[in-house]
Amino acid sequence: MDATSAEAAPALSLAPAARDKARCMTKRVTETDVASTDANKENEDWVACMALIRDAGDEAAFARLFSHFAPRVKGFLMRSGADAALAEEVAQDVMATLWRKSHLFDPARASVATWIFTIARNRRIDVLRRARRPEPEDLPWGPEPEPDQADTMALQQESEQLGRALATLPEKQRVLIEKAYFSDLSHSEIAEQTGLPLGTIKSRIRLALDRLRHAMK
Amino acid sequence: MTQIKHHLTDALLMAYSAGSLPEAFNLTVATHISLCDECRARLGAFDAVGGALLEQAAVPMAQDGLAATMALIRAGGETTRERPAPRNTGVLPAPLRDYIGGDLEAVRWRPIGMGVKQAILPTSKDATARLLYIPAGAAVPDHGHRGTELTLVLQGAFLDETARFGPGDIEVANEEMDHMPVADIGADCICLAATDAPLRFRALMPRLAQPFLRI
Repeated sequence: MDATSAEAAPALSLAPAARDKARCMTKRVTETDVASTDANKENEDWVACMALIRDAGDEAAFARLFSHFAPRVKGFLMRSGADAALAEEVAQDVMATLWRKSHLFDPARASVATWIFTIARNRRIDVLRRARRPEPEDLPWGPEPEPDQADTMALQQESEQLGRALATLPEKQRVLIEKAYFSDLSHSEIAEQTGLPLGTIKSRIRLALDRLRHAMK
Repeated sequence: MTQIKHHLTDALLMAYSAGSLPEAFNLTVATHISLCDECRARLGAFDAVGGALLEQAAVPMAQDGLAATMALIRAGGETTRERPAPRNTGVLPAPLRDYIGGDLEAVRWRPIGMGVKQAILPTSKDATARLLYIPAGAAVPDHGHRGTELTLVLQGAFLDETARFGPGDIEVANEEMDHMPVADIGADCICLAATDAPLRFRALMPRLAQPFLRI
């Protein structure tokens, strides 16, 4: 990260704990209004909670992430064929992994929901298919501690737009995509025609990777 | 990073993201992505679809779910905050090294004739992953495919009827494709190849040898 972008990214890199805490707390108060004006900010609030867990081992921030995401991970696993008891156990395990690996989460490349999805998917393969899941080489941030704040915000917002685009797809197409991701079957023909705006997110992640490669040199 | 010209298909990236590929294909995809930021970014977009879908399906957790999870975290002991070290500079990317137990020097090659060597990697049985060593200028016998074959170049290069494939490039071949890959003359070629069905060799000798070589 060069000097200019470091200056432009104060929220996470300069005063992380205080700023993130304020945002995380505000969010709790206004939870009921989330659907309207705060919807745009939801992903960034989850990112702030991740920073609190990573920097301060903040259990309240973890509890908020848990109450939102653990039931979703459990639902995902049950739709993939796990019974309720197994899904509960694996969901707890996925959330414990989120705590332990919080320092590996890169908000310039994924939303919290996306990152949790990848952990849950890998555990599903471990548990339901009993196969190893090779993952690409880790690309950690370093020596700079944080990605560019503007990159993070843009990626989080684009992830929210993707969620809305998914919700407004024609029913038939949405069901196809759900099947591909939930039912652990091969549906290779779907990829070419998701009808989703994946190009912007791809370009955003590519940019974050280019910055990362530059910083690692 | 080297200039990579031949990439994964959207179908393979989405299936990898969804978690529906056999292990040997997962290994090949993960190895290519370790070398190719373009495909890493495309995968990130497909993962984002999974993240968006995750928002939909909530099932209530057990009453003591959060407490049980905190207990799980505490039982795990001190949480390490260390970031993984930057990648080692070997020939093989990390996912592949995990299967071999080291870099190229740890590979246990088996000769399969005409100077070509292979090492089959331990994966689940629904597909096979192998490293291939093709001496510079040598050819792999002309063959077709019953399923999908992924060939990822790790060192050197090979050419077939369609194109030239250099380090990091991946060729995705299917039932419609017959080809005879030839290693480029510059250097010995090392590839990771994954197949989900036996290949179809045109000549008799490779066909006879097939059961023994598990190709």
